[in-house]
Amino acid sequence: MSRWRSWGRNWGLWLGAFIVGFTLFVAIFAPMVATQDPFAQDLSRRLVPPSWMEGGRPQHFLGTDGLGRDYFARLVYGARISMLIGIATVVTSGIIGIALGVVGGFFGGRIDDVILFTITARLSIPLILVALAVVSLVGSSLTVVVATLGLLLWDRFAVVARVATMQVRTLDYVAAAWSAGCSQPYIVMREILPNILSPLAVVATLEMALAILLEAALSFLGLGVPPPLPSWGLMIAEAKDYMFFNPWVIMVPGMSLFVLVFGINLLGDGLRDLLRTGRVA
Amino acid sequence: MTRPLIEVRDVGRVFRVRSGLLGQPKRVVAVDGVSLALMPGEVMGVVGESGCGKSTLAKIILGLLEPSEGEVLIDGRKLSGMGRRERAQLIQPVFQDPFSSLNPRRRVRDIVALPLAAQGGISSAEVKSRVDRMLERVGLDPSMGERLPAQLSGGQRQRVAIARALVMRPRIVVCDEPTSALDVSVQAQILNLLAELRREFGLSYLFISHNLAVVEHVASEVAVMYLGRIVERNDAESLFRDPRHPYTKALLASVLTPEPGLGIPETGLGETMPDPANVPPGCRFHPRCPVAIERCAQETPSTQKGDSGLVECHLAAPA
Repeated sequence: MSRWRSWGRNWGLWLGAFIVGFTLFVAIFAPMVATQDPFAQDLSRRLVPPSWMEGGRPQHFLGTDGLGRDYFARLVYGARISMLIGIATVVTSGIIGIALGVVGGFFGGRIDDVILFTITARLSIPLILVALAVVSLVGSSLTVVVATLGLLLWDRFAVVARVATMQVRTLDYVAAAWSAGCSQPYIVMREILPNILSPLAVVATLEMALAILLEAALSFLGLGVPPPLPSWGLMIAEAKDYMFFNPWVIMVPGMSLFVLVFGINLLGDGLRDLLRTGRVA
Repeated sequence: MTRPLIEVRDVGRVFRVRSGLLGQPKRVVAVDGVSLALMPGEVMGVVGESGCGKSTLAKIILGLLEPSEGEVLIDGRKLSGMGRRERAQLIQPVFQDPFSSLNPRRRVRDIVALPLAAQGGISSAEVKSRVDRMLERVGLDPSMGERLPAQLSGGQRQRVAIARALVMRPRIVVCDEPTSALDVSVQAQILNLLAELRREFGLSYLFISHNLAVVEHVASEVAVMYLGRIVERNDAESLFRDPRHPYTKALLASVLTPEPGLGIPETGLGETMPDPANVPPGCRFHPRCPVAIERCAQETPSTQKGDSGLVECHLAAPA
């Protein structure tokens, strides 16, 4: 009985893990996956369609873009940017958010009031406007995008970590650790943190998907990764001029973005179900 | 005269509970002016119904909660001024629910070793041998040390909790309802184990329970709590033979007997539950007391000390 149910629940987890794992693999081994140079322009071969379509060329698997650059190579190197931004943002915002949330939930009282105020203040900041302001002040670059997203996307980590810490703090095993003479840092790191990681793992996948989408949106608006770097959002932005006569130029990065974000969300849902049933001890 | 191991002096604890956004914060008096002393080698039973403050008292004695007033002395020294390591060497807890008292992410071996790890400076070989010995002593195979709590039964988990409490060889163990979450068949095993370990290690127990049968079985002295106060205290034998306070009498009358023909016993306490946020004036037991007189509603009874015990009632003489 439970075998069928768990399989039914788990297919999403495995599909999501496969999509994310595959993208990660492609991103890491980009130079080996894509043999062509993603930056080399060839104006004599602009907007070549994918190889299986009429007029396609075998050396350009997914065709070329409006400047004659190999689309497959740009897609593969774009996966690098997406994964880099996704992971770097989750690490930065995760550290900030978990630290704030755990401190607030653990100590409570005045400290918690201050942290709750900080979270509320952060939630009232519109992300795109801040990104706009930052880019106009310091100019756009990969680092700026990661820093902006990382320093802004910690709110959900903080909220979840805070509530989970408040719940775990009152459990008897934490009281037993106090009585055993453990220090405060020990109790936070060894008794509380490992027991709030499962909801945080789910938050991490959500934030990763959000960060990748936000980068695409910022790049589309011209506030994200500067050209000629091959970001999927930038590819969509550049493709919009050609989409009526060459729809694949917008569909290739668009579908890739959709599949990756879908995969990350599947992974998050699967993780949540898996951890909720407590089969990962 | 020997010095008491635990001396609780006029300890009180008030919680402020916010009710709504604009509501006045309520004062919940969980523990009010409690004094007691636990002598070496004794077992002090604390009984009372849910919400009478017995668990709050346990937390104060363990140093997990600061008392709002009064002080606790452990082995003649102030608990509030004691370092965490020093306190851990003297007093350890066993909690009620063995499912929440063990960290689900750590192996049994690491759970039991926690007090040793907190002391620091003990070699890992020494820790391992002490943990193994203690696991064996509480009736678990040392190979169980590699398991996670989820792989153990309730009784085994409570044995792990006892092993953790005793691995440091403390002098006092505070047992907060150690058997009430367990199956009846396991309860007796755990009680016998606690009794054996007390003799073997020369421990003193503060034994908190709502189950009078359990307390009668283990305690040498019993304190009865009602709404945050100790209303009667005596040595176990006299208290069970000759209860003085009407509440104690009602508690003793409420013990279920194994004879089905007798039905559920009538306690004479009525249906109302006591509310620590709204302690009645005069004697706090008078609204439920079957023998209350007019004076009980107006005048708080003083503590009357007798030869062996004390009682707080206008109508009762101490034993």
